[in-house]
Amino acid sequence: MSGMTMSQKILAKHAGLSHVEAGQLIEAELDLVLGNDITSPVAIGEMKKFTKGGVFDKDKIALVPDHFVPNKDIKSAENCKCVREFAIKNKITNYFEVGQMGIEHALLPEKGLTVPGDLIIGADSHTCTYGALGAFSTGIGSTDMAAGMATGKAWFKVPSAIKFNIVGTPSKWVSGKDVILHIIGMIGVDGALYKSMEFVGEGIKNLTMDDRFTIANMAIEAGGKNGIFPVDDIAIEYLKEHAPGKSYDVFEADADAEYDAEYTIDLSTLKSTVAFPHLPENAHTFDNIDEIKVDQVVIGSCTNGRIDDLRCAAKVLEGRHIAEGMRCIIIPATQKIYLQAMEEGLLRTFIEAGAIVSTPTCGPCLGGYMGVLASGEKCVSTTNRNFVGRMGAIDSEIYLASPAVAAASAVTGKLSQPSELGL
Amino acid sequence: MKAAKGTVFRYGDNVDTDVIIPARYLNSTDPKDLAAHCMEDIDKEFVNKVQAGDIIVADKNFGCGSSREHAPIAIKAAGVSCVIAKSFARIFYRNSINIGLPIIECEDAPDNISAGDVVSIDFDTGVITDETTGKTFKGQAFPPFMQKIIDSEGLVNYINSKE
Repeated sequence: MSGMTMSQKILAKHAGLSHVEAGQLIEAELDLVLGNDITSPVAIGEMKKFTKGGVFDKDKIALVPDHFVPNKDIKSAENCKCVREFAIKNKITNYFEVGQMGIEHALLPEKGLTVPGDLIIGADSHTCTYGALGAFSTGIGSTDMAAGMATGKAWFKVPSAIKFNIVGTPSKWVSGKDVILHIIGMIGVDGALYKSMEFVGEGIKNLTMDDRFTIANMAIEAGGKNGIFPVDDIAIEYLKEHAPGKSYDVFEADADAEYDAEYTIDLSTLKSTVAFPHLPENAHTFDNIDEIKVDQVVIGSCTNGRIDDLRCAAKVLEGRHIAEGMRCIIIPATQKIYLQAMEEGLLRTFIEAGAIVSTPTCGPCLGGYMGVLASGEKCVSTTNRNFVGRMGAIDSEIYLASPAVAAASAVTGKLSQPSELGL
Repeated sequence: MKAAKGTVFRYGDNVDTDVIIPARYLNSTDPKDLAAHCMEDIDKEFVNKVQAGDIIVADKNFGCGSSREHAPIAIKAAGVSCVIAKSFARIFYRNSINIGLPIIECEDAPDNISAGDVVSIDFDTGVITDETTGKTFKGQAFPPFMQKIIDSEGLVNYINSKE
C-alpha cells in the first residue's frame, strides 16, 4: 500500500476511509458547495427534479452572483433574480448580494469560508483556487452542484498527482502569475488532466498568499483536478485574520506518496512570462518577442484582482500615465479589496494614470461586459484564459500576464515589462 | 444504452467551452437558445448543417476551460448523438454524463475518421464503426458506476432512484 498525497488524504477523510488509491471511485461528504449567477440557475432548475426537496445544509452552500453582476442585461437580471429567490427561500447563509459580493474565488477565502482540509466543489472551473489554503477544491458543473446542494455528497475518482518542488526566491516583478504561466507552458493545457497539482518545497515561503491563490487558481488551465499547497506559517497567519476561531485539519503528503511526475521550479530563474493567443500554454518571456501593440489592459479577476496585485500595478502606474488610445480597466476583486485600495491611495494612482476602476465583477474576463474587445483588438490581461473569442470578437487577441506586465503595457501601449520603464 | 449513428463534424485539439458556447450567450439557460449558437466561434456553419444524430469527433482535451454545463447542453440540444475524442477535460466529461450526453474516449478513432464520414457507436461494447471506410475502433467503456448514472439518464434520476 503506497502513501497518500495531500489531496488523497483529504478525499479519504471525507469518504470515511483510512486509505484511498488513485483511480478509486468514492463518495465523499462536502464542506462547501458553490455556485455563481451563470451556473446556479441551471442547478436550481435541476434541484426541482429531486424527489427529496430542500438543501442539505443552509450554512454549507455559497451563492455568489459575480459574472454578469451588477446585472448587464434583462436576461442576466432574471438569472440573478432566480438565484436570489432560491437563496431567500432556502435561507442560504452565504448568499452575497451586490454590495457584499466580490469575485467568488477572492471572496470566499476572505470570508473565512475555505479552510485547510475542507472538501469543496463549485460550479465554476476556478474553484481550484482554495487549494492555496490546503483544501481540496475542484470545479464541477451545474448538475453536480445541484446534487451537492441536495445531498451534501459528490462522487470522485481519486486523482493521481504531479509534484512541483518549489525552490529559490523570485526576482523583483516576478509573481505567482509568472510561476503558473511558466508551469503551464512547460506541461501544456492538458499536462495535468484528471490529476492533482501539489506544490511543495522550501521556496513556498517566498510566495505570498495572493501568489498562491493565483497559482492554485490556474491549475485548471493545465487540466488539473485541483491544485494544493501545504499549510505553513504564512497560511496560518492568513487564517488567523480571515477565519478566526474556525477549526481545520492540516494534511501533509506521506513520504512514500507516489507521483506521476515530479518537477523542480527554481523561482530565482523565472522571468516575467506572457501566454500568447490562443492557449495558456503559449508561454513566452520577453527574450524572444517582437513589438506587439496593445489596445486594452485588464487588471483584475479571480486570478489577479487581489490587494497584492493592485499594489503591484500601482507601483508601476505611480506618477505615470497610460499610453494615448489605451483603455486600462482595473477591477478590485472584492469590496474589501476595493476599500483597502482606496485607503492606501491606489485608486487615486490608477485614476490619475488614466485607468478606470470598476466595482467587483468577472465582466471582461469572459467577454461578458465592462471591456469587450472589437475585431482585431489586442488586450494584455491578468485573467486566466486567452481562448479564441474569450473576451469579445473572435479575431481579437488576449495576452495573459502578471499585474506588473499588464500595468507596464498600459503605460507604453505595447506588450512591456516594468524594466522598460526603468523600474 | 442505445446506439448512435450520424455524420461526422471533425475538430482538433483543445476545443474549449468558450467556443462551444460563447459566454455572450450565457445569459440564457434555455437549451434551444444555447443550441442556436453551438460551436459558433469555431465553426459558424455548424448550426446550419447539423442534423439530429450527427457526431462530433475531436482530438485531445475536448471541452477544456469553463465549467459551464451550457456547453454539453448546447451540443445535446443541437441534436448531436455522441462526442468522440482522444481525451476530454474532466469537468466536461462529468457534465456530459450528468446530463446524459453520450461521450466516448478513443485514442485511435479520431486519427482515422474524416469530416463527413458516417459513423456508428455501440455503447454496450464501446465499438466505433466508420461506415464510410469500414474501419472499426474500440472506445473506452465507462466504469460500472458511471454506467449506472448513464442508464438512469443522468445524475438526478440516479440519486432519486437510490432513495
